[in-house]
Amino acid sequence: MDSKKYLDDISQIKDLMNRSSRFISLSGLSGILAGIYAIIGSLVAYFFLLPGVDDYVTLHNRNFKLIMGILILVAVLSFVTAYLLTTRKAKKNNEKIWDDTTKRLLVNFFVPLVTGGIYILIKLNSQHYGLTASLMLIFYGLALVNASKYTIGTVKYLGYTQIVLGLICAAFPGYGFWFWVLGFGILHIVYGSIMYLKEDKA
Amino acid sequence: MGLIDNINKLFDHRIRLGIMSILMVNEEVDFNRLKELLDVTDGNLASHTKTLENAEYIKIEKSFIGKKPNTKYIITRVGRKAFKKHIDALEHLIRNPE
Repeated sequence: MDSKKYLDDISQIKDLMNRSSRFISLSGLSGILAGIYAIIGSLVAYFFLLPGVDDYVTLHNRNFKLIMGILILVAVLSFVTAYLLTTRKAKKNNEKIWDDTTKRLLVNFFVPLVTGGIYILIKLNSQHYGLTASLMLIFYGLALVNASKYTIGTVKYLGYTQIVLGLICAAFPGYGFWFWVLGFGILHIVYGSIMYLKEDKA
Repeated sequence: MGLIDNINKLFDHRIRLGIMSILMVNEEVDFNRLKELLDVTDGNLASHTKTLENAEYIKIEKSFIGKKPNTKYIITRVGRKAFKKHIDALEHLIRNPE
């Protein structure tokens, strides 16, 4: 039989699947960078801002506001990095960045994420600090799993891992900070590196 | 071993193969997006989507965005299964050439 034709068919299938849901192709380097931002942010928080054993965090205290500021900065930086790297790659491949796949990917990503964010803020306002890290990991994981419908890559597994980590974190009160570093820092770097190596081969 | 039977004649065409590949990884795709990805003419694309629709491998949803008609294509469960079988058959045939 004509196995050359079958090979052509398979490579056409792969090519179209990639191009029609290509957003994934960039997550490698942006994943690594997001992880690095998260770790730098948490180092700053750990050495300068976190309360000692005798102190309490209170909502309107200056350190608390600074920690929130760092969190927002890390999130915004990660997002901007992913956006810039994706745009650059899309330009190189002569693709449009803002199309249906992208729009749907973003909507699906932000619905769980914003829900979680608001929920956490409400809890913080009523002095419930304990589960913040756990909730952040869980909602971020759900956002990834939800958005992964528009990719053929492995973002899904990063999402599942974050959810599991978030649940474990909920079971170990007091270690939230470390779980946060593990999830948003280390996992991003590990996942990003795996993706980055795969991209290089492709 | 009848593996060749799993090669689906309907997918034995560049454009139909392409339509199915795209719909496999996207929940829904509209006509213009398909046209852009596959680089085909309107008439050509319409006739191939019709063929796939008749086989019940894809379904078509028509709506309006403002005043402009918008046609969306969605893969069916049957289509998804058939296409997976087709890919498996292709891979087998490549690995074990007769």
